Amino acid sequence: MTELLSPTLLDPSEPSGDVTADAQGLTARSLSPRQMAWRRFRSHRPAMISAVILLLLVLFVLLAPLTARYGVNEPIFRTEAGRSNRYLSPRAEAWFGTDDIGRDLYSRLIYGTRVSLAIGLSAAVIAVVIGTAIGAWAGIRGGWFDDVLMRVTDVFLAFPFLVALLVTRNMLGEIPWLEPIVGERTSIRFVILLLALFGWMGVARVVRGQVLALKEREFVEAARALGASNRRIVVRHLLPNSIGPILVALTFSVVAAIIAESTLSFFGFGPQPGADATSLGLLVGSSKENVLTGNWWMVLFPCATLVLLALTINMIGDGLRDATDPKLQRGNG
Amino acid sequence: MLRFVVRRLMWAVPTLLVVTFLVYVAIRIGTDPVASYVRSNARASQAKIDEYIERNGLYEGVDGYIRGYFRWLGGFLSGDWPRSIKGNQEVWPDLKNAMGNSLRLAGLGALVGIVLGCGFGVLAALKPGSIRDGSVNTTALVMLSIPPFVSAVILQMVFAVYTRQWFPGARWLHFPTSGVYPPGHRGFDLIEMLRHLTLPVTVVAIQSVAVYTRYMRASLLDVLNSDYLRTARAKGISERRVLVHHALRNAMLPIVTLAAIDFGLLFGGLIITERIFEYPGLGNFFLTAYSNGDFPQLMPWMVIVVIAVILFNLLADLSYAFLDPRIRLD
Amino acid sequence: MSGGEEQTVTVPPDQLPAGPRGEPVLQLRDFRVTFSTLFGDVQAVRGIDLDVGAGEMVGIVGESGSGKSVTFLGLMGLLPRSARITGSATVGGTQLVGASPKVLNRVRGRRVAMIFQDPLSALNPVHRIGDQIVEMIQSHQRMPKKRAWERAVELLGVVGIPQPRERANQYPHEFSGGMRQRVMIAMAIANDPEVLVADEPTTALDVTVQAQILEVLQRIRREMHTAIVLITHDLGVVARVADRVQVMYAGRAVERGDVEAIFDHPSHPYTRGLLSSLPALGRQRLSPIPGAPPNMLNPPSGCAFRARCPHAVPACAEGLPELRPFGDLATACIRAEELAAVEVAP
Repeated sequence: MTELLSPTLLDPSEPSGDVTADAQGLTARSLSPRQMAWRRFRSHRPAMISAVILLLLVLFVLLAPLTARYGVNEPIFRTEAGRSNRYLSPRAEAWFGTDDIGRDLYSRLIYGTRVSLAIGLSAAVIAVVIGTAIGAWAGIRGGWFDDVLMRVTDVFLAFPFLVALLVTRNMLGEIPWLEPIVGERTSIRFVILLLALFGWMGVARVVRGQVLALKEREFVEAARALGASNRRIVVRHLLPNSIGPILVALTFSVVAAIIAESTLSFFGFGPQPGADATSLGLLVGSSKENVLTGNWWMVLFPCATLVLLALTINMIGDGLRDATDPKLQRGNG
Repeated sequence: MLRFVVRRLMWAVPTLLVVTFLVYVAIRIGTDPVASYVRSNARASQAKIDEYIERNGLYEGVDGYIRGYFRWLGGFLSGDWPRSIKGNQEVWPDLKNAMGNSLRLAGLGALVGIVLGCGFGVLAALKPGSIRDGSVNTTALVMLSIPPFVSAVILQMVFAVYTRQWFPGARWLHFPTSGVYPPGHRGFDLIEMLRHLTLPVTVVAIQSVAVYTRYMRASLLDVLNSDYLRTARAKGISERRVLVHHALRNAMLPIVTLAAIDFGLLFGGLIITERIFEYPGLGNFFLTAYSNGDFPQLMPWMVIVVIAVILFNLLADLSYAFLDPRIRLD
Repeated sequence: MSGGEEQTVTVPPDQLPAGPRGEPVLQLRDFRVTFSTLFGDVQAVRGIDLDVGAGEMVGIVGESGSGKSVTFLGLMGLLPRSARITGSATVGGTQLVGASPKVLNRVRGRRVAMIFQDPLSALNPVHRIGDQIVEMIQSHQRMPKKRAWERAVELLGVVGIPQPRERANQYPHEFSGGMRQRVMIAMAIANDPEVLVADEPTTALDVTVQAQILEVLQRIRREMHTAIVLITHDLGVVARVADRVQVMYAGRAVERGDVEAIFDHPSHPYTRGLLSSLPALGRQRLSPIPGAPPNMLNPPSGCAFRARCPHAVPACAEGLPELRPFGDLATACIRAEELAAVEVAP
């Protein structure tokens, strides 16, 4: 098991087999595929619940100045004269306790989650855009481009995720002329680009698979007969029909990116945004030092937040996949 | 089939060459081996440094890279491996040790994953849409959403600190949280080894069980909805025979190939778990070597990982051909 | 049943024209199948009566979605859990609706056998053909493996597979489409069933191969006296081999009769539409039936065909038309007499 949730593990083309929805083609023909997908998603209870939870979480986190109780870098006021406010366990003044310099973990968690969500989303979006473009092109053109793409991604994905990540990170950081583009090795921009660089390969394979599958269908033949170019076929016919798997890939990419950022930070290879900001990854990473010292809140709350985030997004991804499963669009029995 | 194997192995050679070359370049650029050597051996003379460059093939310049790669390759293939930069140790004994440890950890973790995962997957697929199915699915997803370093850290915290506090009497519960054996232990002791493996294997198993559950469920559901299963039922054979002889027999197919490929990846992939539990496997080996910039340790490690992946991919294809008569390899 | 009442009198199925020849081995009464789906209840089969006599070949004709396959999958117990089945379906006295799995398993493959449309996907790809036939035999008869294998080879010969002994050791993907269908038939007759249900057996095959398969079925009917239910949308197939025909639309039977009668003077507009939409030598234009089959989530009231019927009148929307005698046919069209009188051109 590769330890990180690389998108290839939760392969969007994995069948889900929802038997009860198959009424042998006798159901309503008046709903559009999009409406049917939405209806199916709605009936997937865990996904709906997760979506609501995630929405609330995101809102909560976005309204940070209101919802947080202190600033990111602000030590809480001293509780008792003369007593330090370092490493306080959870209490009324600091719901999740305080850290090594007396900052409120609860507030820092809110700000940190916001940063990590941004990192995850940006990396995933970039990865999906690049991956879709390359994957679609490879699928429709075939030939040597496709072969090379498959080989290259095969090699990359053959190495343990963290290994490839670390090596790439170092390489990227060592190439001087890239620095103006990618930023410092410890900057947030760098991390986003690094994660995107990894994510696109999984997405590209998914999109390529979709294109290959749809390429042989009659409506593509018809479009070709009307003189449509490759680019037009991809953009107007194949991609719209692949929205489902692409959305699923996007969802799982977000999770993968968030967890990857946390993993990097855990080992100290993640973003270091300085004292005025923090990320969920950094907070989770700091739990390393606190395992044996008994400051359990420093471990529990960041980890719980990470798991909650990952869980809700994964559930939504699952629901999306069930809802857009091409297998469920079978014809008459 | 022999022809297939031979052909694949022949293809493996150029693949290995290309990949190891790329790795060589990546590591040289990424870790600056010479600077790392100097860092670890601050009092090394220039002669020693030159010797290090020569033995590892670390010449400068584009042509230097190519020449250097072949110099390294020559040394590697002839068995004359340079020693590590820290402590000047032989690389192979530690690497061999690490391989053994990782094999045990990965093997046990994969075994638990396959057995439990397939079991749950089957249970879920037999009653799709039921409460049983929903809870299995949800549990699997929850487990998948717990990144290994989270479960490792939490387990370590619980077992290193709290079990001793809360249950001081239950000695058996105090699972060790580091190493393969207690410090200073000598010789082979199965019980101790298993006790030390318990926590790391649990971390691996959390992910492993979840993945196999989902794959088995999907695979079995696919098979249960297939036409030939309908035919089997139409034949009036007992439901049990339908399940075992037809459904499971066909559903296991993709699982077997998945397991083979997966195990190949597992080899060097347990870095996080090993680091947190200070378990001296391949993952830990890599992390240490990497932070030291230890070229003589990193290159053999990479070669082993690539060989493992190629080997297990081959195994996956062979097993698929063995189990599915539709696939004939030549 | 006092005289002078309108056509609200229902004639019991046994007394309708074009009944089974001989004692019925398979009997359906008010057979209904409803699927519960995300979108609601889908009424796939809405009350079918059918009798099949020993040794006769009955054609069940209808388009996709008419419920013809679902009916037989339902009585065999091969539908998914979301299907609710009511009514009666008996095989020689054994009731199948609501039967326990044990009873169903004893009937399936032994007294009623079924072959399906796509023989490639219908055969397990990882087991040898011989083994699959042996499994069929051993599930219902006590026979040692060796003798069962011999019997399997014999059966392959009966359905016309050359070199059956070698072929029995092969896998499904090593056979051509027509050969695979023969294998399915061999498997189906292994236990000498009373009824063989063939669900679109020739649809996936070439025309020439179709003829061969139909010939195999006919031979089985003759030599083993097996009743054969031939489900198809292809009228040509029916014309060639069937004795009687039952036409289905939207989950109900709309017409029934001997094959010659149906083809010569169909009484129901749907049947007529089907016949006239066939390409024929000398016919200048194809006239397909306009419109599409109805939504079975909310079946229309009255006759389901009225939306596409050129002869529909307001009365067609009332009540569910039942099969009633009409000459040598049984028809569900309330205007059969009027339409016959006017001799409507196709």
